[in-house]
Amino acid sequence: MDLFDKYALVAGRHGKLLQAGADPFAVRLDDLSSATEARVNGRETILLGTNNYLGLTFDPACLAAAEAAIRDYGTGTTGSRIANGTYGLHRELEAEIARFLGRRSAMIFPTGYQANLGMLAGLAGPRDVILLDADSHSSIYDGCRLSGATLIRFRHNDPEDLDRRLGRLQDQGECKLIVVEGIYSMLGDRAPLVEFAEVKRRHGAYLLVDEAHSLGVLGASGRGAAEEQGIEADVDCVVGTFSKSLGAVGGFGASDHPKFDTLRFCSRPYMFTASSSPSSVASVLAAFGQIRRRPELRQRIWDNAQALYDGLSAAGFEICAKVSPIIAVRLPDERSAVLAWNRLLAHGVYVNLALPPGTPNGMCLLRCSVSAAHTPSQIEEVCRRFEMVAAELAGAPTGAVSRAARG
Amino acid sequence: MSDEAAALYRDLCTILERYAPAGVELTPTTELSGDLNIDSVTAMDMIMEIEDKFGIDIPMNLVSDLRNLQDLVDVVKQQIEGR
Repeated sequence: MDLFDKYALVAGRHGKLLQAGADPFAVRLDDLSSATEARVNGRETILLGTNNYLGLTFDPACLAAAEAAIRDYGTGTTGSRIANGTYGLHRELEAEIARFLGRRSAMIFPTGYQANLGMLAGLAGPRDVILLDADSHSSIYDGCRLSGATLIRFRHNDPEDLDRRLGRLQDQGECKLIVVEGIYSMLGDRAPLVEFAEVKRRHGAYLLVDEAHSLGVLGASGRGAAEEQGIEADVDCVVGTFSKSLGAVGGFGASDHPKFDTLRFCSRPYMFTASSSPSSVASVLAAFGQIRRRPELRQRIWDNAQALYDGLSAAGFEICAKVSPIIAVRLPDERSAVLAWNRLLAHGVYVNLALPPGTPNGMCLLRCSVSAAHTPSQIEEVCRRFEMVAAELAGAPTGAVSRAARG
Repeated sequence: MSDEAAALYRDLCTILERYAPAGVELTPTTELSGDLNIDSVTAMDMIMEIEDKFGIDIPMNLVSDLRNLQDLVDVVKQQIEGR
């Protein structure tokens, strides 16, 4: 018996993927010339799968802030927040996040993944019940498991199912915590937060909303899905990430709860990891400034999303949800999805290949994410190359893949 | 096996048959991951279908301990009784 025998099935599947072309798990990006262009596996490529929603990774103000922070504070903190890893910058960013969201307090984490781990494992304990949306991100599942709470899944975006389950569970657990996301990462669909908030109130539960894909994208001020749907007062805790619209790396949790800062010495994923590097913290501070000062970025991303949605729909591709900065193109099966992904890469378009079990309902997806930094001509070019791939698939000898581009 | 237990077993088999590869016969010792080759996400979808059918909640914490069909029968029975 070998330690790696348990991965034989998944390793076999990975081997099959490699036979079809490039390795989707080992795409190499070099020479990023902007937020939307890079050399990928040696070829000039338009990036359409980076979650860089506002295109701030090369924003001059963010770059300047990061450079200054490296000079002033060094390359890393070499310590955890509870030891030597809390700099003035970390405190400044936490205050800025709290101000931006209109919350009493915020705490930051080195990655978005750790933000969910730290928040969920900190908020819930073995005597509590967490009710999580079935399509939740892996970081939510892992954070829930780490909490030791009783974990109940409810059907994706289904407040009635949540309501039924809370009804059945009314005598169980000390506290109930409901966990949903603003925009779901795979399909780009949004949570019906008004209905979830109503269920939460009826059952006296707490509500946590992960705004990873909606911060900076939804809401009049960019505060996310809860702002857009007017239910911020019902949200007890917000989680977010810096590695999407804010163009860096890290994550945060925020709340109005008067005891929220207790998590600083009770949440293990917060306590026992090195704190964020100064350059990352500084660029995120600058990025919040850009979100405040440049609402046109949000307009641009929605214009681009609409243009891509229209272009791909016109080309006959099936898109899984309404217009959003995540546009998930559904292919009929794994084989055609892998082939289409490889052909797009060969034509200089990078998207995410998303396959089961990482996708809901066994779907095979070409997951695109648009950026405010995409130009209209880039979006047009991407649509043109998708059409080329559709034609190639239609002419593929197997015939089966032609359904990929059925109009 | 009481009539009630037999009925529960039959109902679960009806659901599991849709997830089982062709030719796999369901018995109490059928391994859920080994014999049925069900991945973690499919297993959660199957659990949800079972929850709907019986009007129960099966915590995820219990699912990772389920090895075979008999384990599943026991958990469902336990949740129905605790309702």
